[in-house]
Amino acid sequence: MAQLDTREKLGILADAAKYDASCASSGTSKRNSVGGKGIGSTEGMGICHAYAPDGRCISLLKILLTNSCIFDCHYCINRKSSNVRRARFTAQEVVNLTLAFYKRNYIEGLFLSSGIIASSNYTMEQLVEVARSLREDHDFRGYIHLKTIPDADPELVQKAGLYADRVSINVELPTAPGLKRLAPEKSVGQIEGAMAGMKGAIEDGRDAKKKYKSAPSFAPAGQSTQMIVGADAATDSDIVAKASTLYDRFSLRRVYYSAFSPIPDASAVLPLQRPPLMREHRLYQSDWLMRFYGFKPDEVVSAAGDDGMLPLDIDPKLAWALKFREYFPVDVNKATKEQLLRVPGLGTKAVSRILSSRRFRTFTLDDVARLTVSVAKIRPFIVTSDWRPTLLTDKADLKRWIKPEKSQMELFAA
Amino acid sequence: MSDANGRCGNPADLFDRRHGVSGSAGVLLPDGPQIDPLKITLDQPDDFDGWREAARELVMAGVPPMGVVWQVAGEDGELFGSEGAAPPSSGQPMFSVPKPFIDMAKAAICHSEPQRFALLYTLLWKLKANRRALEDRADPLVDRLEKLAKEVRRDAHKMHAFVRFREVAEDGTTRFVAFFEPDHHIVRREAGFFVRRFATMRWSILTPELSIHWDPASEILSEGPGANRSQAPDGDPLEDMWRTYYSSIFNPARLKVKAMLKEMPKKYWKNMPETALVAPLIAGARARELEMIERAQAAPRPGGNLEAAWAALREEAMHCTRCDLFRCGTQTVFGEGPLDPRIFFVGEQPGDQEDLAGRPFVGPAGQLFDAALEKAGIDRSTTYVTNAVKHFKFVLRGKKRIHARPDTAEIDACKWWQEQERALIRPPLTVALGATAARSLTGKTVTISKVRDAPLLLADGSECWVTVHPSFLLRIPEEDRRQEERARFVEDLQRIRARSEELAG
Repeated sequence: MAQLDTREKLGILADAAKYDASCASSGTSKRNSVGGKGIGSTEGMGICHAYAPDGRCISLLKILLTNSCIFDCHYCINRKSSNVRRARFTAQEVVNLTLAFYKRNYIEGLFLSSGIIASSNYTMEQLVEVARSLREDHDFRGYIHLKTIPDADPELVQKAGLYADRVSINVELPTAPGLKRLAPEKSVGQIEGAMAGMKGAIEDGRDAKKKYKSAPSFAPAGQSTQMIVGADAATDSDIVAKASTLYDRFSLRRVYYSAFSPIPDASAVLPLQRPPLMREHRLYQSDWLMRFYGFKPDEVVSAAGDDGMLPLDIDPKLAWALKFREYFPVDVNKATKEQLLRVPGLGTKAVSRILSSRRFRTFTLDDVARLTVSVAKIRPFIVTSDWRPTLLTDKADLKRWIKPEKSQMELFAA
Repeated sequence: MSDANGRCGNPADLFDRRHGVSGSAGVLLPDGPQIDPLKITLDQPDDFDGWREAARELVMAGVPPMGVVWQVAGEDGELFGSEGAAPPSSGQPMFSVPKPFIDMAKAAICHSEPQRFALLYTLLWKLKANRRALEDRADPLVDRLEKLAKEVRRDAHKMHAFVRFREVAEDGTTRFVAFFEPDHHIVRREAGFFVRRFATMRWSILTPELSIHWDPASEILSEGPGANRSQAPDGDPLEDMWRTYYSSIFNPARLKVKAMLKEMPKKYWKNMPETALVAPLIAGARARELEMIERAQAAPRPGGNLEAAWAALREEAMHCTRCDLFRCGTQTVFGEGPLDPRIFFVGEQPGDQEDLAGRPFVGPAGQLFDAALEKAGIDRSTTYVTNAVKHFKFVLRGKKRIHARPDTAEIDACKWWQEQERALIRPPLTVALGATAARSLTGKTVTISKVRDAPLLLADGSECWVTVHPSFLLRIPEEDRRQEERARFVEDLQRIRARSEELAG
């Protein structure tokens, strides 16, 4: 076989990485390249440098070091038995590409993952070498996200945390039987063990930093994970419950959901359907409810139907509100922050604005309208000085009333 | 707040009025004639310091918002430069403003809205009377200014994101040059971001309003005149590489054009090398997805994982709670048979005996089924037999568990398992025994008599034959009709056997 040039490799190894949902480049320590020898800065907020027609942002150079793999996970295009075209970058090539793209302001940094070649330790060493070279040889101060290999030597994983802003280990599937079926060589114990180890290392790093200013920062953007949605029998309720235990047990920054997507040369085990994109979206919304709106996991679960699935046509907050109508209407002029956060259509920003403005004025419906995107959606659930919904929340057809118009995007919901 | 919308005089009226400054300047009656408005000319469209200095003096001198006209040197036909000295301070002690006001003002002043200076001054005037006026976010003036500031911040964020440098050789070294067209006057404000990020690179950002240049050796940021696109380099060898990345990282199975446009509006596209690919990528997406699926269907069988995968699927089904029926029966009754069957049978649901045995088709209906298969010349051991619904649904009558028909929701909830079994086994020929199975396989309610004689096409392109369920034959009371229907069932099975032999070649 003829040698592939870097561009051909990039095509193959970026294509192989497109199933990774994570794109975040935020939440790390602030730094810049002033006074240094290299380039790069992070200012807290990540930057999306482009958007692909799939609506996803491009923030990092997201690639695999190699798409060869000794594992045979059914959901993965890189599995051993797939006859996809294989390629492998050298560490140097990845370093050069990252720097060249960064200098042209195409990216915030690197997201590096890899198929497992030779052994887990060997693969992990290669990933760490890329990060080491960027940081030490080139004084690169941009963002680095490394996907770690669950059963690699803890010392190697430790090193990864020293160079990377964020590390992640994918839980892959929400249920243990699903993992067993689709990723026969992986196990829940092994994956969660690695997460627990990482959590400990991150906490140790933070403690050391508190004690000694000179202590190196260890994965300052924390750890994240990803699970595949729609490839096993797990319901939305199962997934929400799983995500919330992951947040609790391993102090994860983020759980990403990746709608299972048909892959070329797919294993026969997988359904050949369009991905349930809307389902993925609803899961992200429910994730937000737990992280920013004070919803408990069982409350999100209660927004799901009897089949354990969140409605696809309305968002989970609205679904919750329609189920618990006794909670409404909420008086904008008197309600607590917690109560306001439950109103469908009121976001965290609008709520904080209402709270700070409330000391100066008695809210009318127009005042609310000025602070929110769509007052029509909110109206049935609130009381203001000049507005009281006349038992609207008792209307049986309320859902039809406020449900968003079918949009183009819904065509792709499944 | 009649002045909230910046009613601070019509510039046309004021064009030729030049004023010295007097202590009584700018006294206005809201509805009366405007007397002596004071004109303040700022050096730059984003001249925050100039505005702050003038505004401070004006407030202290007691000049109300309607008594001031703000403009920028060189704009609005102003050719004479600025003479807009502020009135002498009244000597009153300076009042302080909350920090959020400064942050907002610094952003809002970069907006292209001509009224921004006047709006800010009006708010400053308000703050003097009420230091907490800014906290009232529902106040229309505060809201308007917050929105201006937000638009500026968004434009700044897009500049951070969408500036694309191109490398050019210059005096034995290299310079990175970008052309960008911001909506607002943000270039000076955002220069710092690029300095912090690219501190060791020599770079220039050209915009229609002004250019900025960074020299890493002297650490000096300098300004130059505005430029047009033709003055920027027109390519970079790395752009091909970047376009390769852009098209490879895009997943054609999840097209979401609206989401993309919301974050990357078209106005930015012309200076970004990758955006030329958007149209062809969208156009080719569906074809690429279909190709992926087609290749998947034609793909060879998975490695040695089939047995293990089926066993794991069965194991997963044992803990299924997709519908409430799991509370009802003893156990999940999963399908059984070889994983390379000639025929894949789907029944309705396990009955009393199946529920206890944990195996499909072992009760009275199963025995009838076996007998019919034998008559039709089909060896059951070459077939895979499963049910549309995998839990026994019943009503208790005394001590007896009487079969109850599964409802549509239960069929649809359980469909997932049948689909997984079929996806794994990929049978060349599937047989629906009864309406429940037909519903599970096709997603539609069918009348058996209408579809009995010809195969239906399933989503994966394989054939599905529909016939009656053996338990239907058990329940026919009249002897002659029962015999007739049984014979017809065997005939169906014979035809299915013949077809399966044909398919097997």
